[in-house]
Amino acid sequence: MRKMLAAISRVLSSVAQKPSSRVLVASCHFANDATFEIKKCDLHWLEEGPPVTTVLTRRMADQLYKQKIIRGFCHLWDGQEACCAGINPADHLITVYPAHGFTFTRGLSVREILAELTGRRGGCAKGKGGSMHMYAKNFYGGNGIVGAQVPLGAGIALACKYNGKDEVCLTLYGDGAANQGQIFEAYNTAALCKLPCIFICENNRYGMGTSVERAAASTDYYKRGDFIPGLRATKFAAAYCRSGKGPILMELQTYRYHGHSMSDPGVKEIQEVRSKSDPIRLLKDRMVNSNLASVEELKETAVEVRKEIEDAAQFATADPEPPLEELGYRIYCNDPPFEVRGANQWIKLKSIS
Amino acid sequence: MAVVAVLVQRPLEQVSGLLRRRFLWTAPAALQVTVRKAISQGMDEELERDEKVFLLGEEVVQYDGAYKVSRGLWKKYGDKRIIDTPISEMGFAGIAVGAAMAGLWPICEFMTFSFSMQAIDQVINSAAKTYYMSGGLQSVPVVFREPNGASAGVAAQHSQFCLKVVSPWSSDAKGFIKSAIRDTNPVVVLENELMYGVPFELPSEAQSKDFLIPIGKAKIERQGTHVTIVAFKTCGPLLRKGIECEETNLQTIRPMDIETVEASVMKTNHLVPWKEAGHRAEICARIMEGPAFNFLDAPAVRVTGADVPMPYAKILEDNSVPQVKDIIFAIKKTLNI
Repeated sequence: MRKMLAAISRVLSSVAQKPSSRVLVASCHFANDATFEIKKCDLHWLEEGPPVTTVLTRRMADQLYKQKIIRGFCHLWDGQEACCAGINPADHLITVYPAHGFTFTRGLSVREILAELTGRRGGCAKGKGGSMHMYAKNFYGGNGIVGAQVPLGAGIALACKYNGKDEVCLTLYGDGAANQGQIFEAYNTAALCKLPCIFICENNRYGMGTSVERAAASTDYYKRGDFIPGLRATKFAAAYCRSGKGPILMELQTYRYHGHSMSDPGVKEIQEVRSKSDPIRLLKDRMVNSNLASVEELKETAVEVRKEIEDAAQFATADPEPPLEELGYRIYCNDPPFEVRGANQWIKLKSIS
Repeated sequence: MAVVAVLVQRPLEQVSGLLRRRFLWTAPAALQVTVRKAISQGMDEELERDEKVFLLGEEVVQYDGAYKVSRGLWKKYGDKRIIDTPISEMGFAGIAVGAAMAGLWPICEFMTFSFSMQAIDQVINSAAKTYYMSGGLQSVPVVFREPNGASAGVAAQHSQFCLKVVSPWSSDAKGFIKSAIRDTNPVVVLENELMYGVPFELPSEAQSKDFLIPIGKAKIERQGTHVTIVAFKTCGPLLRKGIECEETNLQTIRPMDIETVEASVMKTNHLVPWKEAGHRAEICARIMEGPAFNFLDAPAVRVTGADVPMPYAKILEDNSVPQVKDIIFAIKKTLNI
């Protein structure tokens, strides 16, 4: 427990250099919008991609910084924060572990997330799920089985289309999962039924420790949908799906700073990537240089954010574990109470829905 | 000791309907329906009741279903509600589960249990465990239907993970499929291909659109005093010898109604769990742990298939599954005659 908290504080102190602009003070000193040139996307079966300029607003920066604060105990995701940006909260989202960043953007509080990670009753799944199983409205986890979430996401997209609402489902998976057969099954059915599903491959270049070159015959993940158009950007993709054209495939090129899990030592190239293409630092530089925020303002919010994290971490360690009576609770939904066998025939647990 | 029977509630509308009649009437006659028709009718009524219910599976649309169980449904409900899938069990099982998570009520048909094994991950890890792992936040109201699961003993794997499993065999299948569809939890319905074409009486109560058979209740098909067999095969030859078997049909493999079996064993003092029970070892273990153990006059004798994969040649196949002679042998063994 202490080791995990130490890991969080180490990370947080580095985060202090990258503050959050969560406090949106509409000050007359700062501009609200700025236009930037961005890199052109690689395209597959698409005639035109998203525009090469984009307007960055303070709200977008706000979301992005918030996610940076979240750290997993088991599977860290730092360096990949940009993947969260650009997602509409009303849409549906499903991913695999690590999902803590996404869980936060889907409306859960830091306290609930950290308490779930420490297995406390104040956790979002009441201590039953842990790191890999966090759920919220329109957010379906956090799934433990690599690749299984992709057909689930296609199913959620089917529900979106079935209900006739203008919603899409963002289905995320990594470069490691991209080699699972069931993903191609999901692509096929999604294309056949024209499901509003955005398949997003977060390519952080490594599975656990296996680099993409050693795991995949073709590393152009955005092309793997074959008949599904692909590109290496979210607003454009969402508009494509909502217009009824069917699914689309996106690949996000990113990088993971820590190892796959806490027991993985990581690799040397981290520092190089961190200095050149860290998404938070790049965004911060752009914001400051184009007068969207001042360095002092960003520093102020960093202090506030750190306080919030400390408070949540304190809660996550002080909150009691779930009571033993709850071991059998919530196995079935809407069922009358029944008895569950414990480790031997004399231990009887109660189960309520 | 009183034997627990399945209670069927007469729907209110039938009662008031009877009261309203003025002229000569006869009670609605019991119909003869095949198991196939019973399941089909159950699904039809649920599709009609709730537009969030839909069916997906291989060949369920234009082919009318591999075993013709979904005949007529596509013509009635169209492309949106009855969906043909490619041959991608893992994929479409996951799609069914995802749709259920997002608020629909899918029925996912697997052509056979053997094919469904490809999808076991989605059934267990994505469907069965989710409500518990999410701390009660995310329910998954999906039904998985497949023929030939019971005969392959697949129930044991399924029911390890708190997954509800039913194995109806008669026209009761209608009440069960409706209960399964209305259940907010994932339910696996193991059907029997050999029984699809067999007709059974569908009692008048069961003809109502709201007739449900509760999941988790066993049924005494035939009362007896000498031995409890957990399965449902009439033992004519034994009757002639004066041996009366109490035939207990579990119907639901999980949650198992062990109380009914216990009550029966406490009456008959002998137990023979048979093949179709799907969970013979569990039954024996639970009887041993419970009050009925002290009432047993002899160890339980299980009747199982041979411990081999299913062979092809007729003579081999016949000898790899329990025959009536095997059940009779087991009963005589436990009765020591």
